[in-house]
Amino acid sequence: MDEEKFDVIIVGGGITGCVAAYLLAQAGVEVLVVERAEGPGEKAVTGGRMYGHAMEKIFPGFAEEAPVQRKIVREKISLLGETTAFTVEYDDEDMRAPDMASYSILRAEFDPWLTEKAEEAGAMFIHGIRVDKVLTDENGKACGVLAGEEEMHADCILLADGVNSLLAQQLGLKKELAPKQVAVGVKEVIQFGEEEINKRFGVKDDEGLAWLLMGDVTNGAVGGGFIYTNKDSLSVGIVETIEEIGYGGVAPRDMLERLKQHPAIKDILTGGEVVEYSAHLVTEGGYDMIPQLYSDGVLVAGDAAALVMNLGFTIRGMDCCAESARLAAETILAAKEKGDYSKETLSLYEKKLNESFVVTDMKHFRKMPAFIDNHRMFEQYPGMISEMMRGLFLVDGSKPQKFSKTAMGAVKKVGIFKLLGDARKGMGAL
Amino acid sequence: MAMTIEDKLGLNRFNVDGTPHIEINGNYDDQTLKERLVMACPAKLYTLREDNTVDFNYEGCLECGTCRVLTGGRIVKSWDHPIGGMGVAFKKG
Repeated sequence: MDEEKFDVIIVGGGITGCVAAYLLAQAGVEVLVVERAEGPGEKAVTGGRMYGHAMEKIFPGFAEEAPVQRKIVREKISLLGETTAFTVEYDDEDMRAPDMASYSILRAEFDPWLTEKAEEAGAMFIHGIRVDKVLTDENGKACGVLAGEEEMHADCILLADGVNSLLAQQLGLKKELAPKQVAVGVKEVIQFGEEEINKRFGVKDDEGLAWLLMGDVTNGAVGGGFIYTNKDSLSVGIVETIEEIGYGGVAPRDMLERLKQHPAIKDILTGGEVVEYSAHLVTEGGYDMIPQLYSDGVLVAGDAAALVMNLGFTIRGMDCCAESARLAAETILAAKEKGDYSKETLSLYEKKLNESFVVTDMKHFRKMPAFIDNHRMFEQYPGMISEMMRGLFLVDGSKPQKFSKTAMGAVKKVGIFKLLGDARKGMGAL
Repeated sequence: MAMTIEDKLGLNRFNVDGTPHIEINGNYDDQTLKERLVMACPAKLYTLREDNTVDFNYEGCLECGTCRVLTGGRIVKSWDHPIGGMGVAFKKG
């Protein structure tokens, strides 16, 4: 057997793995990325949106060159009743500024570009190999990986193997995901053509929108729908917290159809051709879900480290992946210089992460997961809003009721103290 | 007419491995959990047989992990990623 030894082996060739590989290779580190997909991006699924700021630090102006889909310049959030939709729309010129911009992306197109960047910098990739185990030496320090029969050795292992990081679990760094802390996402990519997307959404080439929908889509369960405009297609999907499966009686896969058939959505999707069907887990436990991030000879980054923020109106993961990869790479460089990959040295990673936007933001929004995990948000408030709107907008010739009366009637159904309590909690969680 | 899950899975490319990457205990005695598992799988790969045991087909698996997380060691006994290069290969993602 070939006894080749690398400085670093990275498990997983997604955004985290590729960014770390790129930065390490650029600094002259011998790095090998082991990816189980046959080709880059073939196992990666995103809902569809990446905030660009973290990637911008690594590849300034990346969106000019990288295969991003569209720059997101409009936000939409809808509360859906059975036949109603109350929508908030937000446009902001600053969404076009590079440091604040976000992009819809498709990973099977984006990851090959990122892989190529890392390869050009000198990182080695092997695709189509699943890592089964992290090898440890007699002192318990990670020293390589086992893939099938083959052992590969390195001074340091970076686990960038995604949300289902069985390896981090094997090493005891991370517990099994809890149904309350993780959602299943189900998505279709629906093809329309570039002009059709522009026309249907009132956007110009290379610009688009992000649209989140809650209420009727999950039939009251904790979760929601999303629509992102890609270049010539839409990413349309739903997420539901796993613990919620069964609540409301609609299977996640059927929620997607429910969204597509909703009266406010249906016509927008007419004539599109579904070209792909995918599913992926989304961690949403927030700050309290972050696992042990390092041990002797090993670091965990990106989705494997649950570095995802679900704030209900904003969902961030890939910017946290890129940033954690950058900080892991910096830590590894410092360790290489010292010639010491012990836990003590690698603890620098946690320190850096704690000081970065990743952990400070997750800490800031720490109360959000508990706030969102509340059926009133998904079951009662969308209906309450619909009832108020009907009072304002529907005219049938009968004597109108005072709005204050309609509104109070709708609020009373939920309970005014509950509403005030939730509003207070919501403000507190922001 | 709405597409069926079978239609949707038919759009994806799968390299089918000869050995399943998920093993289940279809006799596990928890009716509610069994019904939730049937609902949970985006690819609709879990079904209930007439005798109320769980039937499972790993071909068409989207590799999301929902079944593993939901059942936490019950029904789904072991869950691994398919071996390298096998399983679903997304062209959009």
